Amino acid sequence: MAVAQERAAGPAALQRRGRFRPGDAVLYVVTCAAALTGVVLLVLISQKVLTQAWPAMQKFGLGFLTTQAWGDHHNTLFGAKSFIFGTVVTSFGALLLATPLSLAIALFLTELAPRWIKAVVAPLIDLLAAIPSVVLGLWGILVLGPFITGTLGPALHGTLGWLPIFSTEPTVGSNVFAAILILTIMMVPIISSICRELFLGVPRELKDGALALGATRWEVVRGVVFPYARSGIAAAMILGLGRGVGEAIAVTQVIGNNVAIHWSLFEPSDTLASRIAGQYQGADTALQVASLVYLAVILLVFSLIANLAAQLIVRRVATRHQIR
Amino acid sequence: MSAQVPTADLFRSERMRRRRIVNWIVEGAATIAALIAVAVLVIVVSSVVRRGWGALNLDFFTKTPALYSGFGPRPASGIAPAIIGTLIIIGLALLMALPVAILTAIYLNELAPRKLASVLTLAFDVLNGIPAIVLGIFVFIFVVVGHGQAAWKASFALAILMVPMIARSTQEVLALVPISMREASLALGAAKWRTTLSVVLPQAVGGIVTGATLATARAAGETAPLLFTSALYSDQMSYDPRQPIASIPMFIFTSAEQADPVLHQQAWGAAAVLIGIILVASLVARWFADRSIRRLRGER
Repeated sequence: MAVAQERAAGPAALQRRGRFRPGDAVLYVVTCAAALTGVVLLVLISQKVLTQAWPAMQKFGLGFLTTQAWGDHHNTLFGAKSFIFGTVVTSFGALLLATPLSLAIALFLTELAPRWIKAVVAPLIDLLAAIPSVVLGLWGILVLGPFITGTLGPALHGTLGWLPIFSTEPTVGSNVFAAILILTIMMVPIISSICRELFLGVPRELKDGALALGATRWEVVRGVVFPYARSGIAAAMILGLGRGVGEAIAVTQVIGNNVAIHWSLFEPSDTLASRIAGQYQGADTALQVASLVYLAVILLVFSLIANLAAQLIVRRVATRHQIR
Repeated sequence: MSAQVPTADLFRSERMRRRRIVNWIVEGAATIAALIAVAVLVIVVSSVVRRGWGALNLDFFTKTPALYSGFGPRPASGIAPAIIGTLIIIGLALLMALPVAILTAIYLNELAPRKLASVLTLAFDVLNGIPAIVLGIFVFIFVVVGHGQAAWKASFALAILMVPMIARSTQEVLALVPISMREASLALGAAKWRTTLSVVLPQAVGGIVTGATLATARAAGETAPLLFTSALYSDQMSYDPRQPIASIPMFIFTSAEQADPVLHQQAWGAAAVLIGIILVASLVARWFADRSIRRLRGER
């Protein structure tokens, strides 16, 4: 009985009684210090970033979030409004495309595909996540951009031009639409791989039960699989969104880096992360550096909240269903 | 009393037909979605290889980038400094990340009280979600401002990115090591530290290698942490990590912004090299992961 209890408690509970071993104390202290780096780094990152952004935070306050400017009035006026708008449009636009795609892919891989197709397709989709963002950005500028201005853009403008989002003709390949497509490519492998694990975790009996009642495969998915995996899907979407919001390189390559707010997706714009990346060759004044870091503060706050929420959901799901 | 014969045809009713059609549509859509994802991968990789192929020759791997005035024959030009630079930056990042990650995994899996372990793991998971560009800005503020850029500072930024990944995969394999091995070692009189380092840890080597290669693959392609830490480099060969060094991602990033078609071709070539490195690393990681998990589950 005692042994069983110890086993359930895991390796940490295995303790030798008796004489003090210096080696144990050393190992404990060293490993504990290493494990604390996560917390230490989180605190240090927040502190450093806040300190550096302080001059801009003091000067502009929260008005920074609602000011549309970058270096106006002789480099004294900065604001994040258009970047926040760009970030929201690109990230949610990409999420809107990526979520149904990812759910469908996960369903295909867990419910439909024969074993050998699964063995080929699943690693390929994981591989999509391994393509570096700078390479996707390169492809975005030189291949996707011209395709949008030449073929896709005019077609969408021609047929759906009455929608505000397609209301202008794409004149340059660098635009919000290109950024949305690139971010979609980045989100799909993340969301689909989490959903795949979630769907695999749905108990066989529940699905069999629904099938035995005469449900079609889609009805099983809608009635059993989706409700069962609901909160996990939400977490996956948050993680995908975080990826989209935080992506700097590929977006800065394709979005056109323009301080402007347009409803049309075929206009160049900019996001928070992309604006930071675009300024890498140096900012002229201390205020400009502080404003740049202020953008990083917004990103940091968002990513801390989003990731904490997603991880807590994942944890709750994992403890309930024993899915990793 | 005659037997009741069902009058409704269960299989041909209008309602059943509609349900089946909906089912077909959804199944078709799911299949098409998977096809789209694979097609995008094929399109991206094939355009990188097709456009980069022409740039891949011996000069490309051995020469430094040559400035071209626009007159006369173009001098031979390559990305050797960027390849060496990426190796140095990633190597240093791995050196920084690996010990921290392994010790972390040991603490979280072998020593920490469960509550504390879950809080610390959460911290690493959240750290893992911080955008790379923010990490770059952090390192810029922390060690670059006032001191200048250097390759090791880029490595530092990448190491922050790598630690959570390596720690996570090490932890997963440590958890698979049977508790009976620890019990046996302790029963033989070995101290806990001895048990952990020479009985448990060697079993987890596969997981460590997997995590390290996956983290390397991801870090090798990251550009954002390099922007503020190792971007102002010279075109000459450089091996000194105290100076900013060229790297493949930065080369692609800066070349893509130029209007020169030859530079574009070199950028595609560099992208092909980068994807090649990442592909090999991912395959190695997958192979190690499969092997070590099979071993620990007792199937050889």
